[in-house]
Amino acid sequence: MININEILETNDMIDNRHLDIRTITMGISLRDCAGSDAKVVADKIYDKVTKTAANLVKTGGDIEREFGIPIVNKRVSVTPIAMVAESCDTEDYTIFAHALDRAAKEIGVNFIGGFTALVHKGFTVGDTRLIRSIPRALAETERVCASVNVATTRAGINMDAVRMMGEVIKEAADLTSATGGFACAKLVVFANAVEDNPFMAGAFHGVGEPECVINVGVSGPGVVKVALEAAKGQPFDVVADTIKKTAFRVTRMGQLVAREASLRLGVPFGIVDLSLAPTPAEGDSVAEILEEMGLTSVGAHGTTAALALLNDAVKKGGVMASSHVGGLSGAFIPVSEDAGMIRAVQSGILTIEKLEAMTCVCSVGLDMIAVPGDTSAATISAIIADEAAIGVVNNKTTAVRIIPAPNMGVGDVVDFGGLLGTAPVMPVSGGFSDEFIARGGRIPAPLHSLRN
Amino acid sequence: MRAIVTVVGNDRVGIIAEVSTLLAQSGVNILDISQTVLQEFFTMVMLVDTAAYSGPFAELAELLETRGRDIAMSIRIQREDIFEAMHRI
Repeated sequence: MININEILETNDMIDNRHLDIRTITMGISLRDCAGSDAKVVADKIYDKVTKTAANLVKTGGDIEREFGIPIVNKRVSVTPIAMVAESCDTEDYTIFAHALDRAAKEIGVNFIGGFTALVHKGFTVGDTRLIRSIPRALAETERVCASVNVATTRAGINMDAVRMMGEVIKEAADLTSATGGFACAKLVVFANAVEDNPFMAGAFHGVGEPECVINVGVSGPGVVKVALEAAKGQPFDVVADTIKKTAFRVTRMGQLVAREASLRLGVPFGIVDLSLAPTPAEGDSVAEILEEMGLTSVGAHGTTAALALLNDAVKKGGVMASSHVGGLSGAFIPVSEDAGMIRAVQSGILTIEKLEAMTCVCSVGLDMIAVPGDTSAATISAIIADEAAIGVVNNKTTAVRIIPAPNMGVGDVVDFGGLLGTAPVMPVSGGFSDEFIARGGRIPAPLHSLRN
Repeated sequence: MRAIVTVVGNDRVGIIAEVSTLLAQSGVNILDISQTVLQEFFTMVMLVDTAAYSGPFAELAELLETRGRDIAMSIRIQREDIFEAMHRI
């Protein structure tokens, strides 16, 4: 029998250290929903999602109850809508966002991802239509998440798409000015997007994925932080080992839940995403892990090194615990969703520049960052270009989820509520990038030898 | 199905008797018991077999939780697999 201390330790992690399964995400292919009549396609999308994911929330709840482990989110990701809708005779794809939103409400999931276009090398007709539809689609729906992949290591950066996304983000913010630009919190611009990411807002069901799949995202920054408290003052070898051991346990639990969900739903298991995803709750913060390593505040010099160690150790510990690892797998650093990050921004120690450096060594990128409402589209595009360059050159996923908070300036705070948290408005560089962004075209794919 | 029942609360006379009676009434077989007092709290862990319980697991969990509250104890039941997964390779 498992000994009493192990049982009590597990339950203590759940009760007091925010150990949870962050999301069970069902990926659903909508490729068979294509057609020429937009209304018919929208109905097919609604029917397929509600039928395929009918038991997702209930099954998640059952597993939660039986294992006594919270499963925070149940979600759905779908085939990039640009592909599904492309054969339709309509220019406005908002109708498909409405169909997804209705389906999400019907089955009880809090987000549905896949209002997506992959345009790293160029646009098809459907891609352009989808991107133009994003602001309205996000403003008029509640649960739909959109993403656009503008760059890959093999294709380089599509700077026309980068320019367009700056404008789309501004428009989305303007359409939702009453809620602090909330639409932008549901929109991710990617470089090297992955096809099996279970985390929102960037989840979509990639073209190489099966008909239907279950992907699970684990979390547990609080557990890692508490484990590190016992290693105070120890050398980094001990720190890395401690994180690895903790990540292993957390991931084993994710694997168990993923297998169980896959079995009960009769859907193949895809991957476990080994991510440390914070929430705004105290004690559920990635920033606090970095601070536990000896920094007075995240953003202090040393933060990038600390994050690099954390990210690597999480993967090393987690990878043996799961039969298939995928998704984004790494530490997330969304500012608004992490109490420690918010504190650091408000104290002026954590800046966009430092966050950008941090994204070189961790999963994803500039995430949930609010900037002044008068930030120009070109500046936002330039921020996206910088972040995409980091991803493309380093052969990793990077992303930008940025909110130009309407009518707000540095020092103001945007409150999105719930898991999306509160974002202090951060200053952007005083320089201008308009002519840089106006050029358009493509930044060529980087060389992958002669590396320095 | 094998599950772990965890009982935590202030120590007093008769806790084990009350909990095992409750389990017996539900047709839950106790396979092993381990018990300690941690920071003045009575803490008991039982390995049980729920095969003879006729209803759904969630119902049993709720029953134990409610009855636990009645006797001022926290009683929870979880499938054994979660602990195996976390602590055994």
